[in-house]
Amino acid sequence: MLAFTFRRILVALAVALTVSVASFLLLHLSGDLATAIAGPEATGPQIAQIRQDYGLDQPLLTQFLTWGWRALHLDFGNSFYFRESVIDLLAARLPITLYLGIIALAVALFVAIPLGVVAAVKRDTWIDRTALAVSVLGQAMPSFWFGLTLILIFSVNLRWLPVSGNASWKNFVLPAIALGYYAMPAVMRLTRNGMLEVLASDYVRTARAKGLPPRKVLVRHALRNAVIPVIALSAVQFGFMLGGSIVIEAVFSLQGLGQLAWESIARNDFPVVQAIVLVLAMIYIGLTLAADLLNAFLDPRLRQS
Amino acid sequence: MSLPPDTAALAAAALPPDAPVALAAVPSPTRLILRRGLRHTGFLIGAGILGLIVLAALAAPLIAPHDPYAQDVSRRLIPPVWQAKGTWEHVLGTDKLGRDYLSRLLYGGQISLLIGISAALISGLIGTVLGLCAGYFGGWVDSVVSYIVTTRLAMPVVLVALAMAALVGGSLKVVVLVLGFLLWDRFAVVTRAATQQIRNQDFVSAARAAGLTDLRIIRQEILPNIMNALIVVATLEMAHAILLEAALSFLGLGVQPPLPSWGLMIAEGKQYMFFQPWVITIPGVALLLLVLAINLLGDGLRDITAPEARN
Repeated sequence: MLAFTFRRILVALAVALTVSVASFLLLHLSGDLATAIAGPEATGPQIAQIRQDYGLDQPLLTQFLTWGWRALHLDFGNSFYFRESVIDLLAARLPITLYLGIIALAVALFVAIPLGVVAAVKRDTWIDRTALAVSVLGQAMPSFWFGLTLILIFSVNLRWLPVSGNASWKNFVLPAIALGYYAMPAVMRLTRNGMLEVLASDYVRTARAKGLPPRKVLVRHALRNAVIPVIALSAVQFGFMLGGSIVIEAVFSLQGLGQLAWESIARNDFPVVQAIVLVLAMIYIGLTLAADLLNAFLDPRLRQS
Repeated sequence: MSLPPDTAALAAAALPPDAPVALAAVPSPTRLILRRGLRHTGFLIGAGILGLIVLAALAAPLIAPHDPYAQDVSRRLIPPVWQAKGTWEHVLGTDKLGRDYLSRLLYGGQISLLIGISAALISGLIGTVLGLCAGYFGGWVDSVVSYIVTTRLAMPVVLVALAMAALVGGSLKVVVLVLGFLLWDRFAVVTRAATQQIRNQDFVSAARAAGLTDLRIIRQEILPNIMNALIVVATLEMAHAILLEAALSFLGLGVQPPLPSWGLMIAEGKQYMFFQPWVITIPGVALLLLVLAINLLGDGLRDITAPEARN
């Protein structure tokens, strides 16, 4: 386990390095940053001045090393737009996105796990088929449209919840549903398949044969084992949600990291965009690392490869 | 578990040719797949809806009642025909600039399909080549490809796509390229696993023993055998690309006005949705139906071509 952990951490660090190079290159090679920063009305000398001011005339490698070295110390420079340090901006916005992500994940698990269990226990009945239909439908729904539709139903027609903003917990209910439903189908299917496998196993049959009450067998013996891969999947899904929250935050005007990213992209505020890509990637790498380690800890067979 | 009826037919197909009794009843693999397809409800529904959407999109120039770009300020935001103030002249109503919604919806279908297919083709090419190399050669090639896939997965897709589209300038071509270069991970993972499964089978070893080059083995022995799996992934990625395009266009960095992208139609309708909810419901339902149809088709294809992979 120790060797596996060490190897896995090494890979995670290497991936983190590659991602930072990639996100740096993507922004620098997709177009001329100086022209983009200067705006459409800038003259040649102005662009040249900007190129010099931001160090964009240096060789790419020098630029990257400077940026990377600072990033290691959590110094992402200053925002072009806000004239304050990028890290302060991120620190103000990240908690909102994390909060949204955690509620969304909770919503997803709260719905998807019971649904998966019931679908497995009542296999091939109408309940199972309905659960499957819901998950197929869920995967096909554009998240931003789902969000807008939720606003129409619950904020405009029923007037239960606020339309936008992030003043109270009520503001997070609809965005969390809109973000969380996306993870539901995967969690539901994994729970269902895991339960089917576990319910057919010898130890569940033994538990039943011993005369244990069905509910106890289901929760203590079956669900406990079937839910293990779901935990790992949840970690990965959480990472995806943080990345996907940009769309949901735009719909609900939540002032989180995603909204900041969107506005910064529209404003050509590249230090902010770059830092957000990096931070989200690092969170994702950390989560998958945790998920892998958890899986390997619980299932020794995975430590071999 | 009882064997599905198809298994008997498969077993019969495996009999030597001098078993004349079975021969007459043995369907070809193509007919077998067709027969399973006709019994698969999800597949049929998906194929039906998708067929209708493709037809409607292709026939848009013929069946669209109006020019999708023709503005008429005196006919702004006319509701669809089923509402009190609706007219048959504009069956699905008009948008904020008085453009006919049905016509825009039909032409918008072309955009979604075009982006879905092109992005799936580009990402399919990248992912398949990477996956084939990893699965066939194994060893350090496999490690390198797996590493590239892990790195790609760590990058937040929506954010990176938005940033790239913003830098180059959003347009249909840019969206296709950006999505094509971002969505190849599942192709690579599936191709790699499928290739690993058949790499050491007898017919591949035989081809190797016969002195065929690696390229020919991959092209003639491996690729045909993983094609079914690739088609299934292609449908899923097509759906994925269509949803992402809609999201990018919704955020204003994808397909640009006045093109009638469904995501863009929702963005343009957003400010009117409180009083005219249909302006976002109509393109939203269209997107939902298209993606649902493609997903049902893909799931169905997987069940039909590889019934053992179900669940």
